Amino acid sequence: MNNRLFVKGNEAVAMGAIEAGCRYYFGYPITPQNDIPEYMSREMPKVGGFFLQAESEVAAINMVLGAGAAGGRVMTSSSGPGISLKAEGMSFMAGSEVPAVIVNMQRPGPGLGGIDASQADYFQAVKGAGHGGYRLIVLAPWSVQELYDLGMLAFDLADRYRTPVMILGDAMLGQMKEALIPHSYHRPADLPEKDWVVCGKGRRNHANVVKSLMLKDGELEAHNWHLHAKYDLIKQRETRCATDNLDGAELLVTAFGCAARIARTAIDMARGEGMKVGMIRPVTVFPFPSEVYLQATARTPKVLCIELNNGQMVEDVRLSVDRQADVRFYGRPGGTGSLPTPEELLEQIRKHYKD
Amino acid sequence: MKKIVIDEEFCKGCGLCAEACPKKLLSVGKKLNKQGYPLVEISDEDQDKCVSCALCARVCPDVAIRVYRQKKAQ
Amino acid sequence: MAVSVQPVFERPKVLKTTATHYCAGCHHGIVHRLVAEAIDHFGVQDRTIGIGSVGCSVLLYEYFDIDVVEAPHGRAPAVGTGVKRVHPDSVVFTYQGDGDLAAIGTAEIIHAANRGELMTVIFLNNTTYGMTGGQMAPTTLPGQVTTTSPYGRDVKVEGYPIRMAELIAMLGGTGFSARVAVDTPQRVLEAGKTIRKAFGMQIEKQGFAFVEVLGACPTNWGMSALEANARVSGEMMGYFPLGVYKDITVSA
Repeated sequence: MNNRLFVKGNEAVAMGAIEAGCRYYFGYPITPQNDIPEYMSREMPKVGGFFLQAESEVAAINMVLGAGAAGGRVMTSSSGPGISLKAEGMSFMAGSEVPAVIVNMQRPGPGLGGIDASQADYFQAVKGAGHGGYRLIVLAPWSVQELYDLGMLAFDLADRYRTPVMILGDAMLGQMKEALIPHSYHRPADLPEKDWVVCGKGRRNHANVVKSLMLKDGELEAHNWHLHAKYDLIKQRETRCATDNLDGAELLVTAFGCAARIARTAIDMARGEGMKVGMIRPVTVFPFPSEVYLQATARTPKVLCIELNNGQMVEDVRLSVDRQADVRFYGRPGGTGSLPTPEELLEQIRKHYKD
Repeated sequence: MKKIVIDEEFCKGCGLCAEACPKKLLSVGKKLNKQGYPLVEISDEDQDKCVSCALCARVCPDVAIRVYRQKKAQ
Repeated sequence: MAVSVQPVFERPKVLKTTATHYCAGCHHGIVHRLVAEAIDHFGVQDRTIGIGSVGCSVLLYEYFDIDVVEAPHGRAPAVGTGVKRVHPDSVVFTYQGDGDLAAIGTAEIIHAANRGELMTVIFLNNTTYGMTGGQMAPTTLPGQVTTTSPYGRDVKVEGYPIRMAELIAMLGGTGFSARVAVDTPQRVLEAGKTIRKAFGMQIEKQGFAFVEVLGACPTNWGMSALEANARVSGEMMGYFPLGVYKDITVSA
């Protein structure tokens, strides 16, 4: 598998999922992620997998809950309003510790909003989306290759921690085509055995129950502390971040996903003009790479956070640096004609570099 | 022998069994179980009159009644 | 001639020896037993997976000694779909009340039936939301007083009770749809046969099987157990007639 392919982001994440052993997909059409269910409907039968177009996003996420509880590697995908509808199911899955992968190709809102690139659902994703104070692991790819790679990793993380994992893309990443080098999936040898799934009691001497209702004295509190400890472990082990040219930088530019792509071009232009600009790109936005920001701003106490929204990740950056740095923001909330150009971001870098 | 065995932890004294008994041998008594429900009763004398039809058990919402019958072996 | 003692009626094996949380005279317990007897009858405890719903029957896993997944409110047929696709040879049943199945979960039940999902759905219709305290349900009868229809259900405002067994019978994927009651010993026997049939159809892979059971809710109806039991035939059956509405295993 070393052929170089030219594929869409939406297809890449689906390809990665199937390579990683995903054999169940339940979804509902919504722009801009329709290539994912289309790809899955075409490819799943070829690998002995199963595709079902559900009657709604609500039904789809609950089919995912059922398949995940039954031990299958399972995925759904959606965007904007569809993710809102899936929030209840994600809360149940977090509470009952059911692993699954949810792809979110963001579009701008609120409401029906639009169908272009946006990062307006950062808050929704990193705060878990639904009720009850839980977290999702949230992976934020910035290229077609990374959609494929993280599409594989997501299933391992979900199984390792018995938790739903979100891949947070957007309309631009999903719709664009670029080179992809596929590779074989290697299952980590230390993934825990799924001895908790429902499959019929068989010869087990106890029944397996997958549930989130906890009514006994102290039961729910203990469960929430257990989940909290799990999220702490995820923070310790699974934080991922890409950085470059942090040493000697006068300004740190930070962005994730497609905003990071545009920022990348602008940073290169700025360096061409002699500016010392470092870059921090979180690959996981939950867990957030706080330590990277804390260390980098100890040397370079000025950060420009760029997002396709009115300022969401910037709050996590500020929390991370604990007032030791001057954190600035530039963003646009997305919508037709509202994608910033590299030149526009270069202008911002020039401005913040100087003062 | 006891043809009707009432599980006192399960019975909630709803009286549906008493209603269903064709011979009216069951009644809700005054004795309470741990949950505070009055228990259904049947006297030893009425145990003898019971025909083991099990209609009481079939309508019991709490599966609180077990029914037995004498079998004459050859 | 020796005399031995022979059991006539005993607790089904799959039902745990646990007292239920249901109110005195509530019909859920009878329906639980009938489901347990069906599982015992086919000897499929080791491959049965129950899907719990939200409402009084949410604690299903406390009473059945089988694997269980708890579904969000109304979503049991979707959760069951996911489970069944991963384990096609398992025996999957959902157990849902009227609020869960016929209000918030209408889309999920209709589409699971229409797809012909190989699962068994047990639907307990007691014309009220039991767990939350007796509010109006989609099956509340015209004029019936509940905690959210204190002047009686007004069909001009709140619409009509939904007849689910008939509705489900109209869908292409449905193999079996019936309505039963458990208010008399005879009807309990018939309900038991019907529930067994609905499990048998799944095991034989003959299509989606749906059983609506008319149940009493003495507490929320504000009645004694005997009065509530009498209301099932006295008031409910007129609007919700018992019968088999579809059975693809019987030729017309």
